[in-house]
Amino acid sequence: MAPIEQLNLDFLRTKKLPHIWCPGCGNGIVTAALVRAIVRAGYDQRDVVIVSGIGCSSRAAGYLNFNTLHTTHGRALAFATGLKMARPQLKIFVIMGDGDCSAIGGNHFIHAARRNIDLNAVIINNYIYGMTGGQHSPLTPLGKKATTAPLGTLERPFELLELARGAGATFGARGIAAQPRQLEQLIARGAAHKGFSVIEALSPCPVAYGRRNKQGGAVEMLKAMKENAVSVERASNMDAQALAGKIITGVIFTREAPEFCELYYQLIEQESKKNSN
Amino acid sequence: MPVELITGNQAAALAVQRAGVELVAAYPITPQTAIVETLASLHAQGELKGEFVSVESEYAALACCSGAAAAGARVFTATSSHGLAYMHEMIHWCAGARFPIVMAGVNRALGGPWCLDPDQGDSLSQRDTGWLQLYCSSAQEVFDTIIQAYALAEKIMLPCMVIYDGFYISHTYETVDIPDREEVQRFLGPPSFAAQVQPGLPANLHGLSTGETQAKLVRERHRTMKEALAVLKEINARFAAAFNRKYEPVEAYFPGKIKNVVVAAGACADTVRWCLPRLADTGLIRLKALRPFPGEEISLLLEKQKIERIVVVDRNCSTGMGGILAQELKAALYPLNSPPAVYDLILAGGIDFTPQMLQRLLAQREPHRGFAEIWGVDLL
Repeated sequence: MAPIEQLNLDFLRTKKLPHIWCPGCGNGIVTAALVRAIVRAGYDQRDVVIVSGIGCSSRAAGYLNFNTLHTTHGRALAFATGLKMARPQLKIFVIMGDGDCSAIGGNHFIHAARRNIDLNAVIINNYIYGMTGGQHSPLTPLGKKATTAPLGTLERPFELLELARGAGATFGARGIAAQPRQLEQLIARGAAHKGFSVIEALSPCPVAYGRRNKQGGAVEMLKAMKENAVSVERASNMDAQALAGKIITGVIFTREAPEFCELYYQLIEQESKKNSN
Repeated sequence: MPVELITGNQAAALAVQRAGVELVAAYPITPQTAIVETLASLHAQGELKGEFVSVESEYAALACCSGAAAAGARVFTATSSHGLAYMHEMIHWCAGARFPIVMAGVNRALGGPWCLDPDQGDSLSQRDTGWLQLYCSSAQEVFDTIIQAYALAEKIMLPCMVIYDGFYISHTYETVDIPDREEVQRFLGPPSFAAQVQPGLPANLHGLSTGETQAKLVRERHRTMKEALAVLKEINARFAAAFNRKYEPVEAYFPGKIKNVVVAAGACADTVRWCLPRLADTGLIRLKALRPFPGEEISLLLEKQKIERIVVVDRNCSTGMGGILAQELKAALYPLNSPPAVYDLILAGGIDFTPQMLQRLLAQREPHRGFAEIWGVDLL
């Protein structure tokens, strides 16, 4: 594995620090991994735009020193789609939480995937609505407790990357806050990929999720995450029984398909040539 | 009657539980979330008899409530700010479809940028949708009004928003008399309105209509809503007899001879009420009902007094026009021969309304003739 990148402090609004996240929250680790991934990708600071939705995860936009757009709940991908269509040269990272992306914003998520538009969606999945105090989301594992599911949720969660794959995304990867180096590299690979990239970053929420579900503190949660993680390469040699309850990390799928902005601008060029002839 | 020390949000949840609501669907948003959490907890303890549906958005919450209301169920949802704005299409639909849904609307400013303070613009921007709007000034009133809202909504078949200020009422602890479930049930009874969806009576509901049909439906809703004031008064009287607490759609506090009247809704009205003994020549008109609008009642109240100046406390602003309550009030002043000057105190953004602010405003010696707009941020 390539060595870890330097955290370029110019890419952080250091005056805004310390951040508001609770002690033990993994959002800072994911945000730092994103910064290092941008360093790794070699992007000019002026070309990068961060778009975020609503929730704890979306506060990252306030700490990142790029053009950052804090948008409405669930709509980050729709904002980003407009931005990308108007300025296709921009490198756009869309930071969402599990509730933001897969509940209220679920519709935009599947349509961004269907179009295969060149956006990099980074979904910080902490299994819970953290900012409003711990309600279950569509990614809360079955049976886990939340303020809106005091006896454990009965609703089957989405398998986010399968949803993305089914809807047409062309790159899907999963990393964990307990392995920030891998996460950085996955975000960088997603950024290099032309098309809709989905990075699911699992992140501990000891306050709103861990405590209620007796998962211990931040250290225990990160440890458990690490112990349960299996690389996609290793997982390919394991049977379903051995994989039960495991977190498969790495590039889960990648494939080639035409990117939406390219198709769109090609069509315009083609039609304007026709008209000028 | 047990008295409990609870927040406005807990009072709302307990009212829903006591009212025998059959379905709750809601989505988290600050400052409303604690209502839904309290209901989820009551549900888990087996103390909420109805169903609890945790949905994927506010839009889904109101659609889910509509489905259940179409089947004749007593339903509840709660939201704030962006959640309410996101429901907007369904809000119109519920009124048009005559679903007697009750919703708690906890005021919070709308973005961008993001803001949590209790601007009333979220609920006021829904005032033309056909929902009844009742504004509350205390946690006790939140509890009582939700009970009354079911009686009113189900009687006239229009949905009702019970509205109160975020944080000042939603998160502040107050003593609240909580009647037990049986007492509330005796007052309210089970839902008795006809289900639109009935097995054995297949019908195509709310399909395409002509403009003419729509006009007749809107006229009917409008007339029903206007008549709702009388219905609300009757419900208030019945409620007072049962629980010994009385509210009016518009309440006047005129301590003796007065020159100034402050008009306010929600928590701000309670601040004014606290100020009254400390102010000379000043009275209060508290607007509880904004829809239906008690315009005639207000003109009657003002007609009898020699008022020089009205101060309207508007924790909102209709950009390009001014405070929304002031606009509504001015319509009520139209029948008066020599209407008093109107000072519109705009607290948009949900900024705090303090007694000092009111005192400073009233101390301005020479009242403007006609209309003056004063920004609360300039008086901080």
